[in-house]
Amino acid sequence: MLKDQDRIFQNLYNDKGSDVAASQSRGDWVNTKEITEKGRDWIINEIKESQLRGRGGAGFPTGLKWSFAPKEVGSRPHYLVINGDESEPGTCKDRDILRFEPHKLIEGCLIASYAVQAHVCYIYIRGEYFVDGQKLQAAIDEAYEKKLLGKNAAGTGWDLDIYIHYGAGAYICGEETALLESLEGKKGQPRLKPPFPALIGLYGCPTIINNVETIAVVPTILRRGAKWFASLGREKNTGTKIFCISGNVNNPCNVEEEMSIPLKELIEVHAGGVIGGWDNLQAVIPGGSSMPLIPKDRCETLKMDFDACVEEKSGLGTAGIVVINKDQDIIKCMARIARFYKHESCGQCTPCREGSGWMWRMLERMAKGDATKDEVDMLGDVTTQIAGHTICAFGEGSSWPVQGLLRHFKKEIQERNNLDPIVQKKNNIPYLVDQHLLDKKNA
Amino acid sequence: MSLRKPAKDQPESFEFNASSLEAANNIVAKYPKGKQQSAVMALLYIAQRQNNNWIPLAAMKYIAKFLDMPYIKVYEVATFYTMYNLSPVGKYFVQVCTTTPCMIRGANKLVEACKEKISENECELSSDNSCSWMEVECLGACVTAPMMQINDEYYEDLDKEKTSEILDKILNGETPKPGSYRGRINNEPENNRKTLTDLKNA
Repeated sequence: MLKDQDRIFQNLYNDKGSDVAASQSRGDWVNTKEITEKGRDWIINEIKESQLRGRGGAGFPTGLKWSFAPKEVGSRPHYLVINGDESEPGTCKDRDILRFEPHKLIEGCLIASYAVQAHVCYIYIRGEYFVDGQKLQAAIDEAYEKKLLGKNAAGTGWDLDIYIHYGAGAYICGEETALLESLEGKKGQPRLKPPFPALIGLYGCPTIINNVETIAVVPTILRRGAKWFASLGREKNTGTKIFCISGNVNNPCNVEEEMSIPLKELIEVHAGGVIGGWDNLQAVIPGGSSMPLIPKDRCETLKMDFDACVEEKSGLGTAGIVVINKDQDIIKCMARIARFYKHESCGQCTPCREGSGWMWRMLERMAKGDATKDEVDMLGDVTTQIAGHTICAFGEGSSWPVQGLLRHFKKEIQERNNLDPIVQKKNNIPYLVDQHLLDKKNA
Repeated sequence: MSLRKPAKDQPESFEFNASSLEAANNIVAKYPKGKQQSAVMALLYIAQRQNNNWIPLAAMKYIAKFLDMPYIKVYEVATFYTMYNLSPVGKYFVQVCTTTPCMIRGANKLVEACKEKISENECELSSDNSCSWMEVECLGACVTAPMMQINDEYYEDLDKEKTSEILDKILNGETPKPGSYRGRINNEPENNRKTLTDLKNA
């Protein structure tokens, strides 16, 4: 288990309060000036060396992303946008940062803004987190009062303004270009990439977009050194991560742990074990609903990091672990996830808009046992026609969980859905016969 | 995609009151000059708060004029995002999360309680027009599932009994205490905390 002094989010459960004074006692805002005095290149290099990967789901190297921002500010200002549109089912880590560790985030915003030369930072928070957003706003107001924001923020000589922008219940706005559209006051429909936001983003200006957790760990990395961060976890999967363990466990919780921790340890030690014991485990969704599930036998040895999850044909995603035990109907669980995606599709690309509804309706029928044998393969076919044929990654996100179900639980679906199409069952019947007549024997 | 339609009965006119106007001007100031369209989402919220939890078409027209943008663009935004209520929902708007993490911890029991206490169907006002309920997608509190949201506040770690108690309170016009209903502190593992223990005892 990770040592307590190596945990970045000391106030994850709000034992000590989240105001400036309490945050300073935890080390925030202590030597911000000294950090920025070492220069942009040093900051970006240090983040690169720490091998920090984005915590929002895709796992893109953060230092590399920052280095894409233009070196000189031209006629267009630079922007920093923080993605707090946490809507992935199974994930609730950013909420705890917003309400209990706001100063880690604000200080991270200042350092990141300095590194990418932005004077304005927008924090996009999902609309449902209104109360938590108010807590963050209070923290921002306090930071302005203590001169940690605004002109010459925290004595660094850098001017920074932070504004909160609330979303309004659209999952798709967690996609970075949809988030920018939403910030500009439009429907949240993703843009084509390229051009990438680092060059043409918010209002057509260079924009760096990072997840809340990514930015919140930056000050601690710079304080304790890239070497310390890189010593945790394993190569290319370094540092700590907040895991959200929900579903059929005895003590669902958020916990910060080292990367590459075994899944079994997370569930058994921190979450108090699976309800009904480890043998009652059916499957685990390792990284939020868009990642394919992993059946029990693979869970025994799975290590929770980006690369190990990919090897299991899944992904770490947001590290929102949903534990499903044998008391649950796995097809029904996935049908509900398919309904989520059907509801949240933005409607821009046809394969996703229509296909997400198809997948949901087919899975609903399969859960009831009303589907025919052929439909199981047809469902797989539908998923491959969505993934990779859409503007954003929502297509993959909606079809991967279904593909995961088909990969590991195809037998269960086939056992429940063994209806033969009627034409095949009675070969002597002409194809174009009135089907309802077949129900009555003597018709 | 979700299908969303404005209500049939619409008020004739809408205007921001003094406090809404002040809030709206503060929000427009957050964005660069000429980019006031960015404020449309926040202004729709303000209109919703002022107008008893829902947005009439007149408010969209008013906001379009206020921000100097085409009415259809405001209409697009208001119908795209699900948190804008386009028809009356009552003073207390109950949203029950029923996505998988909540579902496998018994969110259907919460739905049952809503059906018994508020109304048979979702998006239907209760008999005294004070309250309505709706099934929604993930609200981002999966660790404290099952949960529901009433107006701005989260009510977590629920079961059918506790949901019924909360609903009784709001139907009596009281505001119940938000947060976990199993007495746990935030998102810590209940009675099983193994991390940051020095801080807890300090």
